[in-house]
Order: sequence, then C-alpha cells, then structure tokens
Amino acid sequence: MAKRNGISISTFVAVGIGSPLFVILGRFGSIPSGLPDTNIETTYALLALIAVLYGPIAGVLVGLIGHTLKDAIFYGSPWFSWVIASALVGLIIGLASGRLKIEDGQFGGRQILKFNLFQIVANVIAWLVVAPSLDIFIYAEPVNKVFAQGVVAGAANIVTVGIIGTLLLLAYSKTRTRQGSLTKEV
Amino acid sequence: MKVQMLSYKRLDSPIHRLAGSTKLIFFALWSVVSMITYDTRSLLAMFLFSLIMFALSKVKFRDYSFVLYLILFFFLLNHIAIFLFSPHEGVKIYGTTHELFHIIGWYSVTLEQLFYQFNIMLKYLTVVPIALLFILTTDPSEFAASLNRIGVNYKISYAVALAMRYIPDIQRDYQNISFSAQARGIDTSRKEKLFKRLKNVVSILLPLTLSSVERIGVVSAAMELRGFGRHKRRTWYNAKSFTARDYAAFAVILIVMAVSITLTVSNGSRFYNPFV
Repeated sequence: MAKRNGISISTFVAVGIGSPLFVILGRFGSIPSGLPDTNIETTYALLALIAVLYGPIAGVLVGLIGHTLKDAIFYGSPWFSWVIASALVGLIIGLASGRLKIEDGQFGGRQILKFNLFQIVANVIAWLVVAPSLDIFIYAEPVNKVFAQGVVAGAANIVTVGIIGTLLLLAYSKTRTRQGSLTKEV
Repeated sequence: MKVQMLSYKRLDSPIHRLAGSTKLIFFALWSVVSMITYDTRSLLAMFLFSLIMFALSKVKFRDYSFVLYLILFFFLLNHIAIFLFSPHEGVKIYGTTHELFHIIGWYSVTLEQLFYQFNIMLKYLTVVPIALLFILTTDPSEFAASLNRIGVNYKISYAVALAMRYIPDIQRDYQNISFSAQARGIDTSRKEKLFKRLKNVVSILLPLTLSSVERIGVVSAAMELRGFGRHKRRTWYNAKSFTARDYAAFAVILIVMAVSITLTVSNGSRFYNPFV
C-alpha cells in the first residue's frame, strides 16, 4: 500500500474490520475454562494477528475500539481498566510487527519464538500490572482479588495467544508467497 | 443463534435530538467523574439524575432489558468475589468496625463492608444509564462525524464508523462458517470436551480471520482508489450542529463535575465516611 502521512490506509481499514471481529469473537469465541470467572478468549489471538500484520497503531486501536464496543453493545457499559489493558496488548504485540517479516511468508522457529516473547511481555504487563492497578485506582477494589483475577486472565491469555495466535500466523504465512521462492528456469 | 445486542433506534425525544458529539462528551466526562469520586452523596445524586434522563429518553424497556439481567448477574459475581477475597476491605477504608454477625473463620459481616460494597455498586450504576442512553440514542453514522468534531483524526473516526457498520456483517459470516462447520460434524457447543472444543473453535477462527484479512485488502484498495485520506479534512453527511439544548447539556455536566470535585476536596478524601 502506498504510504501517505506515514500511516497507510490499510491500517485504518484493519481497525475498521478488526474491531468488529474482536467484538464478535469476544462474544462467541470465548470458552469457559472450567475455573469460575475465567474464559479462554480466542479474540486475543485475533488481536495478536492484526497487531502483527498491521502494526502497533492498528493493534492499539483494535484493542481500544473493539473492547469498548464489545462491552458497550453486549454488557451495557465499558469496563475501562480492562479496555486499556486490551489496547496495551495490541500496542506491544504490534511492536513485534516490524521484526517479523510475515508478509514475505517467513514464519519459522525464530519468528515464532520472537512473537511469543512479545506476546508474553504484553500480557504480563497488561493483566498483571496495568489492569489490576487501574482496578485499584479507579474502583478501589480489594488488592488480592484484582491480582488473582489478573494472574488467571494473564495466564489464560498467554496460553491462548501462544497456541491459537501462533497457529493463525502460521496459516496466514502459508498464504503468502515466500520471498526468493522463484527459481530461474534454464 | 439469535443474539440480542444494543442498537440505535430512531425515536424523537430531547435526548435523541442532542448532537452525537454532545452525548459523547457528556458520557466521557460523566464516566471520569464517577471514576474519580467515591463520595456516596454525589454518586447518589448522579444516579438519580441519570435515571431522570433515562425516563426523558423514552427508550423501551425491551430494548435493553437483557443487558440489565447480564449486568445484575455480573454484579452478583463481582460482589461475591470481593467479599470472599477481602471481607474487611470496608473496615480498612473507613477505620471503624461495626460487626453485624459472624459467619465463619475471618468472615464476618460488618456495616463498613456493606457500605463499601454498596458504594462500588453505586459507582458502577451511575455510569450504566448514561452508557445505555449513549448507545441507544446515537445514530452510528452521526457518531463518526461527532468523533471528528471533538478533535479525533477523521481517519480514526472513519475506522470507528466502519467498525460499527461491519458488526452485523461479521456476525453473519461467523454464523455461516459456524453452521457449515456444524454440518460437517464440528461441534463448538458445551457438549464437546474442552480441548476438542477449542480445536473446533480454531477451525472457525481460521477461515473467519483469513477472509477478513482478504476483505481488509479489498476495502483499503477501494478506498485508496477513491482518494480517501488525500486531504487533511473531510465533511460529514450526518453532522449535526449545536443548539441551545446542547449547550444546556454542557452546562449540566460542568456543574456535576464542579460539585463532585468540590465535595471530594472539601471532604479531604475520596470516601464519604458516615461512621465517624
């Protein structure tokens, strides 16, 4: 895509289509894990995919808009501390975007490792640091409760993104033509 | 798979006639105020005021009743969790102990804890009517125009408009893929075991996301060809201009902010303490 003012149009379209995907998967794609109050949220695998493909700006906006819309239309009111945490996940995973050349069809062992490193850092910061701190600061909820929730949500998301996110990226990279895959016929 | 979601319905009421940007600013500032303050008096006043506005808007109960049940259910879960994890949080905050009765171990019910949990509930309840009103009475396409008006970059505003417009489409895609998966015996309901179910959900996720990535390519090419983003500004078909009513709404939210901040400051703490 041609770049203008630094940010390409596809970034904004990715936000426009990624956010409703986040909404729908957040509503239908979450599976109760058996533990109370914790779901396996497949929607974070999608957020990771969008962030890796379209960069940190798309990631932060899909997290922000997608989560706000999801909370608003299905639950009536956004829970801001977790909305901000989602946006942060998108932002940090998006920072990996430039280091992974997934558009060239390359997604091997090294890239998988790099992607997972970023997603673990992102989830740890978002769910173990930011979301609980905001819950305490805004809603003055009990410290041990919000950290317990954060640990469970963070762990569930790390596993979900690690497995499903990696699978999604692998599947996507297979649809791309590998760089240097053409051979000269003689 | 019929799922209810909140959506805009065209009605004529004083709330519906407000410009989208007014409602957005009102909702944002209202949320900020209710997040900052923990003063029971101003939270109660705000809650009552939001109920009056709700009544003014003429929205029908059946348009949002399902959300109400969900909210009440989450309230219940959250309050049980708070009590289980920290039955003496209220004592810690208010500094006194008025024990009502003892349950077991370190669990006992105190007036302070009840008051603290009442405040948490109130804090959340003050936002719910305004949030519901905002969603139920704002036309999505006018919403994009109003985001732009309050200073959000128009490309981001446009992305939000796209997002709202694509929710039904993506939901339909999801259902189509899910149905065709079910026809091939791929079950994603709770009857399946956790791991198998997860695997089956991934088999829906894959075509859905890959086709969406494709769609992103097509739509951005189309917008690129029509010269989207060429200029620094754009105009909006659905933009509404401000009227006296909008300025009145701004005045109200400014007064609410001023009063609740004054209360918090003069109180010396975020918490209103009836126990001392």
